[in-house]
Amino acid sequence: MTKATETLVPDHASAHQDHHHGAPKGIMRWLLTTNHKDIGTLYLWFAFIMFLVGGAMAMVIRAELFQPGLQIVDPNFFNQMTTVHGLIMVFGAVMPAFTGLANWLIPMMIGAPDMALPRMNNWSFWILPFAFAILLGSLFVEGGGPAFGWTFYAPLSTTYSSDSTALFVFSVHIMGISSIMGAINVIVTIFNMRAPGMSWMKMPLFVWTWLITAFLLIAVMPVLAGAVTMVLTDKFFGTSFFDAAGGGDPVMFQHIFWFFGHPEVYIMILPAFGIISQIVPTFARKPLFGYASMVYATASIALLSFIVWAHHMFTTGMPVFAEMFFMFATMLISVPTGVKVFNWVATMWRGAMTFEIPMLFALAFIVLFTIGGLSGLMLAITPVDFQYHDTYFVVAHFHYVLVTGAVFSIMAAVYYWLPKWTGKMFNITLAKWHFWCSLISVNVLFFPMHFVGLAGMPRRIPDYSLQFADYNQWISIGGFAFGLSQLIFLTLVIKACKKQGEPVSDRVWEGAQGLEWEIPSPAPYHTFETPPVVK
Amino acid sequence: MKKHIRNAMMVWGGIAAFTSLRVLAQTESTTQRSGELNLRQGVTDISGQVYDLHMLMFSICVVIAVLVFGVMFYSIIRHRKSRGVKPAHFHENIKVEIAWTIIPFLILVFMAVPAAKTLIAMEDVSEPDMTVLVTGSQWKWHYQYMNSDVSFYSVMATQREQITNKFTKGENYLLEVDRPLVIPTGQKVRFLITSDDVIHSWWVPDFAIKKDANPGFINEVWTNVNEPGIYRGQCAELCGKDHGFMPVVVIAKTPDEYNAWMTEQESRVKQAKAEEQRLLAMSMSMDELMTLGEKVYNSTCAACHMPTGQGLPGVFPALKGSPMVLQDQQAHIEIVLNGKAGTAMQAFGKMLSLKDIAAVVTYERNAWGNNTGDIIQPKDVNAVATGTGI
Amino acid sequence: MATSSAQHRKLTLRLVIIVIGMFGFGFALVPLYDVFCDITGINGKTQNSAAVWQSGQIDNSRSITVEFITRTNSGMSWEFTAQTQRISVHPGEVNTVSFYVRNPARNNIIAQAIPSVSPGQAALYLNKTECFCFNQQALQAGQEAWMPMSFYVDPDLPEDITYFTLQYTLYDVTDRAADLTDNENPFLRQPVSGSR
Repeated sequence: MTKATETLVPDHASAHQDHHHGAPKGIMRWLLTTNHKDIGTLYLWFAFIMFLVGGAMAMVIRAELFQPGLQIVDPNFFNQMTTVHGLIMVFGAVMPAFTGLANWLIPMMIGAPDMALPRMNNWSFWILPFAFAILLGSLFVEGGGPAFGWTFYAPLSTTYSSDSTALFVFSVHIMGISSIMGAINVIVTIFNMRAPGMSWMKMPLFVWTWLITAFLLIAVMPVLAGAVTMVLTDKFFGTSFFDAAGGGDPVMFQHIFWFFGHPEVYIMILPAFGIISQIVPTFARKPLFGYASMVYATASIALLSFIVWAHHMFTTGMPVFAEMFFMFATMLISVPTGVKVFNWVATMWRGAMTFEIPMLFALAFIVLFTIGGLSGLMLAITPVDFQYHDTYFVVAHFHYVLVTGAVFSIMAAVYYWLPKWTGKMFNITLAKWHFWCSLISVNVLFFPMHFVGLAGMPRRIPDYSLQFADYNQWISIGGFAFGLSQLIFLTLVIKACKKQGEPVSDRVWEGAQGLEWEIPSPAPYHTFETPPVVK
Repeated sequence: MKKHIRNAMMVWGGIAAFTSLRVLAQTESTTQRSGELNLRQGVTDISGQVYDLHMLMFSICVVIAVLVFGVMFYSIIRHRKSRGVKPAHFHENIKVEIAWTIIPFLILVFMAVPAAKTLIAMEDVSEPDMTVLVTGSQWKWHYQYMNSDVSFYSVMATQREQITNKFTKGENYLLEVDRPLVIPTGQKVRFLITSDDVIHSWWVPDFAIKKDANPGFINEVWTNVNEPGIYRGQCAELCGKDHGFMPVVVIAKTPDEYNAWMTEQESRVKQAKAEEQRLLAMSMSMDELMTLGEKVYNSTCAACHMPTGQGLPGVFPALKGSPMVLQDQQAHIEIVLNGKAGTAMQAFGKMLSLKDIAAVVTYERNAWGNNTGDIIQPKDVNAVATGTGI
Repeated sequence: MATSSAQHRKLTLRLVIIVIGMFGFGFALVPLYDVFCDITGINGKTQNSAAVWQSGQIDNSRSITVEFITRTNSGMSWEFTAQTQRISVHPGEVNTVSFYVRNPARNNIIAQAIPSVSPGQAALYLNKTECFCFNQQALQAGQEAWMPMSFYVDPDLPEDITYFTLQYTLYDVTDRAADLTDNENPFLRQPVSGSR
């Protein structure tokens, strides 16, 4: 934390120098950069690498679950895989990818020359690789890495965990500091650096959703830091926050964790809503329907996210009225979420649509995210949640909202803005292959999970009874195919970074609206040094 | 570009058709192959209500999805640039926006009412006919019948060789236990649920019961089973290495059969106590102890300490070459009897007979090159357990 | 640009204060949770200190069955039994029950009993005027004791609760309470008067 405050104040003298001497070359450029575009690129590449690492772990999980019986890994390692897969995908892939997009796009969208706190921006990125090096390194220490699920419920993560838990805690602290710094930067940028005329209700929705996300981040990441600190002191320093023997309560851990955890879920989906709200109007050639209601819906989702946490813990034993409160509050969230989906559909209605790659991903997002949202509504119903809870039905639900939701939105965003970043159109053939392979395989992967979950397969198990064998084989095949499909994406992005492809116009897409499309393609290293005037 | 759009249309159409086929398959399966694709109806009034609620919610969600996606795909097909349409410019409509805020809210109210009813029915706290104390511990369940001496551990019965693919997997692979819980039908049976170590979750899908076992706290849940039968479930909360190997099996018997079973169990408890007394007076041979000890070790201890006695470095300590095993005999017996707080080492005194413990301690002290030559007799174990000293 | 730097600093400081505040709030959730439990009865926690009995109405028209369960956690070698397994009480009347403990180990052990009530709501109406669970209990090797627990049920107990269960889990806390080793257990070898 002290490091964060020390670097808060940007050094304007040197930032100014950078402006006039262009970018330094080689590795030092990337290590020392305070340029929002460079940092955005670093975040996006880091997120992509983590996505592949976390994906490799998912492949291990699916390979083990391909058939009943234990074939490839032992159960202890299997638990480490599920745990680290979750942590990496949440904190290493989805969140940094959104931060990377924020870095690239927010200054360009609001007409600012850079982020408000460029030095802190550099810090917030460069501590991330250390966090994940520590987390991944913990897999190789004696006793193995964290094996208690990404939710690290006490006392499995305290008294009964291996000593590498200290590394896990340290790593989560660093990730948290990084996210908090990123969030502060976003808020200060949006508050102070909007171009003249860029009033609140003129801001692009991506900026709005990120602003709200950033507030969620600074509200709940510190709570997560508190929770891991308590785990650390319980395990190593004799406190008993979560140990009944010392007057603590293990269920309290879940309350604290999910107080963080539920807003965290929205941290991973609100920027996605923003992205889709940028893309759909472009390719429908029609302004976004219900801009104001989109903003209000996002804000109400964020507020509601603070009063629904206990729906993750209906089975822990709660008084009936508490169960009802959390059930009703959770169901209520589907109203603003529904408003968003209806608005997107209304934006398409009577538009003049074309279906370029970003639009295909956006449409896939709307359909598949809605499926995930509807299964979420089913999960909110307490009496049936007793049956769904901790089964593959839940796994299907949150992968629909996180993979075909958050991840698809990130891919849509990359395809949408990549030509602006590189100045060249990406390889459309590869992109089509990527889209169709991903779309089909992701459904083969996650759709049958609903069935095995309803039929009674618990999550986080390395082996299962024979009734689930057929479906698990399908799921694994879908998983491998989805994993391989991402290599197409990797190839495409590498080609794009090598600046291969046809040059694009400044506007890139016919219907694109917004400040980022007014600047040249590729976007110059420094943009909007004199702020534009928004009418 | 045009071709691209047509391709897109075809595949999207294909996806839509595929999805609807799946929905069809789903509805068909509820009648023909229920239990494989869908939630099961179960065997209690509550589980039936839960199933109905599930189907209601599912149907509402399908209808919403069909409507929303229907409008969306209609728009995708009709409002394409390639058809030469000119885009409209409207971007808000207060009436429509209010309507699609209010209508979903009303649907939610419609969903909430039956949900609340079922929930209240589930949380009925009236006095039960009988109570079972269910205790989870790393990776087994313990059942204790209140107001009776009968209590036992229930451990997965699937052989290790089936799991490691050496033997063919049986019909109830991973869902079979050595001693299932037996309860009567037609009576309100209450389960008090707690844990010895980490959080577990006791789940029997056919009763629509899933409740966490929290260490130091009790939770309660009840059932009233309508049909006799064998009902299988699993631990539903990640509880460490063998979380996937912690099944729950409940046999519901008619009250008469249940009473007969209970009488038999009670007499067995008495016999076992008498047997224990007899054992204290006699000595077993090294061979006897080693043979029995190996059997007990492999079924009870090998999950953590490994069949080779080498443990899992950093997680479960090795017994091979361990100072406690090689030297401190009393400490060795104590830890097996009482377990070790804050570790996965449980109090096996509650689970194994004096004879079993004597055998397994003897085995551990003489297997894998731990050639201490020590022989532990049941009476030695008893002496430590009761504090009468060695 | 000079003014914007001051603006940035001001806003950043405010946000950092929020962050620090929320970190503190994470820890404040611990006492808040206890307050929450006291109000709602989540988890069936009972009060950790003695209630004072006011001689009020004894509601003879209702009787409540209270069931006692005793457990020892892993690593705890004590024998621990409730002398009374079930008792029927009228709301408002004080009853005393007694629990037997014996330390069969060869070393001195300090124990802490953790209570838990189910259904959790009943915990709000269970008032203990004296309980061995308020303090840690020490027993030398081989010693035994009868430990008392006096309680009354609040007459405001909701009508639909006619019975509840009180469980004590005994934990070995010798390691974290080493200074109490020499304390003599006040209940040593004294069958408590009024025990049934």
